[in-house]
Amino acid sequence: MSSQVHGTQHFDKAKRAQIAFSEIAMNTVQVIISHYPPEKIKSALLPVLHVAQAEFGGWLSPETMDYVASILKIKPIEVFEVASFYTMYNLKPMGKCVLEVCQTSSCWLMGAEDIVKYIEKKLNIKVGETTKDGMFTLKTAECLGSCGTAPMLQCGASYHENLTYEKVDNLLENYKTENRLRSYTDLDYKNTL
Amino acid sequence: MGKKLLIHNDKVPGIHTLEVYRAHGGYASVEKALKTMQPDQVTDEVKKSGLRGRGGAGFPTGMKWSFLAKPEGVPRYLVCNADESEPGTFKDRYLMEVIPHALIEGMITSSYALGAKTSYIYIRGEYFYVARIVEKAIAEAYAAGWLGKNILGTDFSHDCYVQVGGGAYICGEETALLESLEGKRGNPRIKPPFPAVAGLWGCPTVVNNVETIAAVVPIVNMGGEEYAKIGVGKSTGTKLISASGHINKPGVYEIELGITVEDFIYSDEYCGGIRNGKKLKAVVAGGSSVPILPTELILKTAKGEPRLMTYESLADGGFATGTMLGSGGFIAMDEDTSIVKNLFTFTRFYHHESCGQCSPCREGTGWMEKILQKFLNGTANESDVDLLWDIQSKIEGKTICPLGEAAAWPVAAAIRHFKHEFLEIAQKKKFVDVSHYNRLNKVVA
Repeated sequence: MSSQVHGTQHFDKAKRAQIAFSEIAMNTVQVIISHYPPEKIKSALLPVLHVAQAEFGGWLSPETMDYVASILKIKPIEVFEVASFYTMYNLKPMGKCVLEVCQTSSCWLMGAEDIVKYIEKKLNIKVGETTKDGMFTLKTAECLGSCGTAPMLQCGASYHENLTYEKVDNLLENYKTENRLRSYTDLDYKNTL
Repeated sequence: MGKKLLIHNDKVPGIHTLEVYRAHGGYASVEKALKTMQPDQVTDEVKKSGLRGRGGAGFPTGMKWSFLAKPEGVPRYLVCNADESEPGTFKDRYLMEVIPHALIEGMITSSYALGAKTSYIYIRGEYFYVARIVEKAIAEAYAAGWLGKNILGTDFSHDCYVQVGGGAYICGEETALLESLEGKRGNPRIKPPFPAVAGLWGCPTVVNNVETIAAVVPIVNMGGEEYAKIGVGKSTGTKLISASGHINKPGVYEIELGITVEDFIYSDEYCGGIRNGKKLKAVVAGGSSVPILPTELILKTAKGEPRLMTYESLADGGFATGTMLGSGGFIAMDEDTSIVKNLFTFTRFYHHESCGQCSPCREGTGWMEKILQKFLNGTANESDVDLLWDIQSKIEGKTICPLGEAAAWPVAAAIRHFKHEFLEIAQKKKFVDVSHYNRLNKVVA
């Protein structure tokens, strides 16, 4: 993906030694692996990377990728080449809440640019930046399949649709109050703020 | 009211649960197929139905199934393409979110026809919450014996799993999807071999869109011939249309193929006309990849006949005056819309989503985005229109997968039908004032 920021992080052996999935995460990973023939468990890579990203701070460090490689019995480069290809994997630290505003046609037609400008002003950051308190990262995204409920933004697993400035105010406030990492694997599906 | 076969029960409370779905006739196709039909008979019904792939290409589904290689001792797979990412398209999301069992029922019945013991539903990663809904429904189906060993006491056993993607439009291309399902980058494969011969892990595989698989349910229930009576000519059955943009009632509509485009846009049963009393300027009828058409050509063909919502009628006149039904991603734009700016959002999209394998697509999409950016910041000149045309013509047909065409066609169509808008900007007669584009306040009001 052309706009993906590639990792510039260095590999840290001491950090790597400390990385391990929690029991719940490991169970989830084992369930995912069981979906594939035993000799084809590399197939589990994409879903397992989602679990890893949620588990280890919202991004994939070189140490995390190395750890995932060891679980799936593949080479670290096989993990990196995948993690660097898909837009949902972060190769550098992000804010706790990554706000992804869809900007493709239908969303643009319905005012996505205004939503981006509004958030930029409100959080005092530009697209691609993170607030100083580490709470929010603002990104733009390409079509998220919410064209009939545009404009929209995604934060973790939640779709916020038919956005207005007021809705943006509310959701930012709620996220700030909750003050936790929002990941794609969050179980509370759809936030209808 | 037109006939509905897929989302007729979408407003029934609790229809996402197995209990309610079953109470409304759910899983009847599995009973009928497994107990009274041979697998090939199911395929024959799908052939008779005239069902065409609902993901965008419109290839006859029964024919695709009949290509599946069946060597002894080699597993076969059914893979559902739920990587819905074509801008303007959100029908599969709606179907999976509201009636997940319709997809699962289709997966079981289709897998029986294909002899697939295992199937995968590949859902785009951004639809994580939808994947959870489908997984929950799968768990219900296992608990009730619709999935697992010896379904309904027959010899047929089947396992169905969900896999989430990582965010990449290209994985909607079937061979890229298979690569991704194998845990790799989504780089499309060179064909042949086709997935029907060497697909998932090198095994014979059928890849079908969500809506295609869900349509197998009514086809088996009512019979292929009855299904084929709905629609016009080779456009049989019903189709889910995702309607968005400047219309009064955006949303997912199930239409009988063959209604007029005019009816779809203006009738209260569907889009309900253009918002704020504005006039329609242009329509992208089948997702971002298909040619944009100005109002006069989307409502009527070049011959002056009413344009119908069918594969053939929308394509009437070729690309000179026609377009495609595609994925059914229907985007309407009002008279205030800048076609150049809309094209920019499409081209930025394709540049972002190019997998990078083929130079014409990887480089060409970036060049086109840069040139369109010049139009937006007022530094373009007239020769840039020709340059854009030249670049798009050098992408089409020169790439491994159709993303090249998908990126080139919107550029070609915008220039073909709206060249004056590009020239007006280049001649500095009229700048696209991006900042005036304040739609949101109208939404709030």
